[in-house]
Amino acid sequence: MTRSTEAKLPERYGPYGGRYVPETLIPALDELEQAWIEAWGDSAFRAELDQLLADYCGRPTPLYLAQRISEEVGHEVWLKREDLMHTGSHKLNNALGQALLAKRMGKTRMIAETGAGSHGVASATACALFGLQCIVYMGSEDMRRQAPNVERMRMLGTEVRPVEDGTRTLKEAVSAAIRDWVTNVGDTHYILGSAVGPAPYPAIVRDLQRRIGDESRVQILEKAGRLPDRALACIGGGSNAIGMFAGFVDDPQVALVGVEAGGDGIDTPRHGAPLTVGGRPGILHGSLSAIMQDDEGQILEAHSISAGLDYPGTGPEHAWLRDSGRAQYVAVTDEQAVAAFKKVARLEGIVPALETAHAFAYVFDGPKDTSTLDVVCLSGRGDKDLAEVLARD
Amino acid sequence: MTNPTASAVNAGAERIEQAINSAPGKAALMPYVMGGYPDHDTSIAIMQACVESGADVIEFGIPYSDPLADGPLIQAAGTVALQNGATFDSCLEICRTVSARVPVVVMTYANIVQARGAEAFCARLVEAGAAGAIVPDLPPEESGELLEHADAAGLALVPLIAPTTPEERLALVGGRARGFLYTVSTTGVTGERKGAAGYVDVIERARRATSVPVALGFGISSGEQAAAAADAGADGVIVGSRLVRAAGEPDGAAATRAVMEDLARGLDR
Ligand SMILES: Cc1ncc(COP(=O)(O)O)c(C=O)c1O
Repeated sequence: MTRSTEAKLPERYGPYGGRYVPETLIPALDELEQAWIEAWGDSAFRAELDQLLADYCGRPTPLYLAQRISEEVGHEVWLKREDLMHTGSHKLNNALGQALLAKRMGKTRMIAETGAGSHGVASATACALFGLQCIVYMGSEDMRRQAPNVERMRMLGTEVRPVEDGTRTLKEAVSAAIRDWVTNVGDTHYILGSAVGPAPYPAIVRDLQRRIGDESRVQILEKAGRLPDRALACIGGGSNAIGMFAGFVDDPQVALVGVEAGGDGIDTPRHGAPLTVGGRPGILHGSLSAIMQDDEGQILEAHSISAGLDYPGTGPEHAWLRDSGRAQYVAVTDEQAVAAFKKVARLEGIVPALETAHAFAYVFDGPKDTSTLDVVCLSGRGDKDLAEVLARD
Repeated sequence: MTNPTASAVNAGAERIEQAINSAPGKAALMPYVMGGYPDHDTSIAIMQACVESGADVIEFGIPYSDPLADGPLIQAAGTVALQNGATFDSCLEICRTVSARVPVVVMTYANIVQARGAEAFCARLVEAGAAGAIVPDLPPEESGELLEHADAAGLALVPLIAPTTPEERLALVGGRARGFLYTVSTTGVTGERKGAAGYVDVIERARRATSVPVALGFGISSGEQAAAAADAGADGVIVGSRLVRAAGEPDGAAATRAVMEDLARGLDR
């Protein structure tokens, strides 16, 4: 409102977004916004990031025509292989960019939250690479169900701090990280892991993840000679989805489909699908968006088998893409996700993350007559989930 | 610095300013009470204890599931209150038991306001006799609508100023202060702390930002620190976590009285 008139990143998406945080953090968000605008406009910064993404991370990731899945569903299904990037998920696109930015800002202490551990591992990796201190907040329930990632973070020199509040999952981990940031804002950068949080985070995360969609668009035109009918991605906070959607949002013929965690079913309270279920928007973790809340305005606990989707909020830009009709949001249940997890493993020899398995479940179980060519964001690999899935048998 | 609020702009603000300005001793004593903690009836007894121990203004928390400005103690108290059935309505009942005698400033979070809409939120608070509201996750950029309705309803919307608030934001934050300017003593969340380092600086900056009374809070937990805050120039001293800890003891009201006595002594009253 009365902020400086310098260049700005989007702060609102329709009515959504904003900065609902304690005054203590406002100057840090202003500083972050200015630093990002400068860095993103600086060709040396961009070149350094591009080079790291190429040589260290293995970008561009392939776009792969999944023949056997395609046969199964009756149309072409192409997979954007973020699982092949270093650390095994799309999260490193964002963590690496933010860590590089933080280094440029002179911050020495990094904090992050993690649910599935993918973002924690990505942050731990970027911090090891740049010699930065890293502390990751993780709900103790998630530490249990994503144990391999906890070990990876520790091996990378990161301190994993268990969070014991509430249901001890992603929501509480984000809250703990924000409280740490409020306390240590001087020397600390918060590497927020999804397209959520107060402005400018959703815009920064989108800028860093849009490689997924930008590369996919070029690759599909090159390989298939046409645009897809649908671009699909799973939605936790919405970072891999917003990255994928960014590449196609200006192509009105491409339907954008976000797949949320249906948990036990969206007709039960045990799910993580605020965009699909709808209802009154609310404020969680610094922005106004689609959230799960009761009539009193208390935030509800989400439920999903997938730690990365087990979150009652979502990125504000998704709420606006939904309301404006540009994107469509659907949910699949835990059971559907587990079945898709196994099916992709056996059909393609690819074990996807449980998060990603939600997007596949919709490709398998959803309507098949609306598309002749899908691009699916294969956001990460599923090694971390084997124990959890096997335990259900 | 300009003087944006030469006189109190609404009835709630006037009531609060008067209470702070006419407080006995070195500074006004402003206890925080978590609504519904540890349970409804004890919470009422604790409010009474605060009034009887000489509270000039009571900061009254309506619990919220995800309080980002609060440390572990107040956060846990809010969780207990919610588990024991506290609601917006039940908390306002508690507020009503003392709000005629001492100005009550309701502290809660943005989604509790959002869930009802700013206008209805203000109307409900005024009905319960509240004089003001504090919403720590509504910085000036986001609080325009609430401020408008609060002013119209006669409710003082109290902003927070932090040690990190830069010079160029002082007028923005201070100019919107009604009743008092909540001055955060330290970069961090609520919680008991030792010492009184930095009080002078933050109070001096708050003073430059506004013409309404300046109350210091976050980390003040003893009579000694209360005295240091008053000596550093605070018009009012807000005590949260220490009192919430007392509220959770077996006899919460008695423990509250004991802490209030220590604080009152520190303020020479
Ligand atoms: C592999 C993978 N995909 C997707 C997600 C969901 O996050 P987002 O919606 O931000 O992409 C996660 C989160 O941990 C993840 O690990």
